[in-house]
Amino acid sequence: MWGARSEILHLTAEHVFLVFVAISIAVAIGVPVGILMTRRPRIGKPILAFANVIQTIPSLALFGFLIPIPYIGGIGTSTAVIALLLYSLLPIIRNTFTGISGVEPAVREAARGMGMTDSQILWQVEIPLSLGVVFAGIRVATVIAVGVATIAAAIGAGGLGMFIFRGTSMLDYRVILAGAIPAALIALAADFGMSALEKHFMRERRS
Amino acid sequence: MLVLLGRSGSGKTTLLKLVNRLLEPTAGEVLVSGRNTHSWDPIQLRRHIGYVIQEVGLFPHFNVARNIGLVPSLEAWPPQKISARIQEMLRLVGLDPDIYGRRYPHELSGGQRQRVGVARALAADPPVLLLDEPFGALDPITRAELQREFRELHRRLGKTMIFVTHDIREAFLLGTRIGLMQEGRLVAIVTPDEFLTLDHDEARAFAGCLQ
Repeated sequence: MWGARSEILHLTAEHVFLVFVAISIAVAIGVPVGILMTRRPRIGKPILAFANVIQTIPSLALFGFLIPIPYIGGIGTSTAVIALLLYSLLPIIRNTFTGISGVEPAVREAARGMGMTDSQILWQVEIPLSLGVVFAGIRVATVIAVGVATIAAAIGAGGLGMFIFRGTSMLDYRVILAGAIPAALIALAADFGMSALEKHFMRERRS
Repeated sequence: MLVLLGRSGSGKTTLLKLVNRLLEPTAGEVLVSGRNTHSWDPIQLRRHIGYVIQEVGLFPHFNVARNIGLVPSLEAWPPQKISARIQEMLRLVGLDPDIYGRRYPHELSGGQRQRVGVARALAADPPVLLLDEPFGALDPITRAELQREFRELHRRLGKTMIFVTHDIREAFLLGTRIGLMQEGRLVAIVTPDEFLTLDHDEARAFAGCLQ
């Protein structure tokens, strides 16, 4: 019994680590890219199309595709992080782009007309006003990543998928649940925590 | 105060935006304080010119005081001077600083928002003020109230103002000179009295609205 419990904890920690690293990198890439797209509309479409295509690749296939690719591929954690990262990019890029483009034109015009520089407009006006939408994108990406990360076990990156694959091959639903329940709890906790943050920012914006 | 009068699409707003370089002239030059706007740094130029638009464009995430203090803080005034200036500006536009300073734009009525818009434009004491139909979206009673107060304000401050409107009554109430615009051309710049005797179809069409 002790062994099972510590294994659940260990794999949960691995799972959270995978998601956390992947989402952090996805935010570091996705938010600047989303902002850049609002400055250069012409590059926006191809980037969104690329992120969309990645999103449509079945997750198991994406993990499989990455294995033979040199440097970023192979078996293990880094490949899993890259796959999760690719999946998380679309919601983050799209929401950053939507959030910033959604800033009222009158507000932007007033900001320009009063002599704010482009970077002042970005940091003092556009980013604060779009934080709620950006966070919604990060929340969606996180919840998806928690689910997709169960497949990381298939390429040897560990995580709660270990239980699910083992349980499926043993035809033992208890083992499956040992992976599925903690994964669901992580997703719920992430959703709850992020939406609390989101509400916080939205309230600040309106009041 | 020069009032630019014309129908929708006659180029009033375009002309206004050429002054603070939100738009660039394709030909010709625009002089502000005797200098071609092209020789100005656009950021410096805009901070030198107050700008008020119909939709106000107050920052929804800043309270009233921070909105008004925006240009002074961009210009790195000392904080004490900024807060004194905010108080002064709020009183100037008839809002009690203790009540309204901490409110957010969504907690204000349309008329109050426009007062804050004017206060914000005046905060850094720019010698020139551009106003693009600032009272256009207000109800008639509030509009009349703000027009009267604004006329007083203009008398007291004596700043150069360019005021865009399509409302001939507003043009007559506020303008020391009226610039009539039609299809992208400025067809006349005259005093309100001279306007009524202009031998021009567009001028007669507008004057006809006065009856």
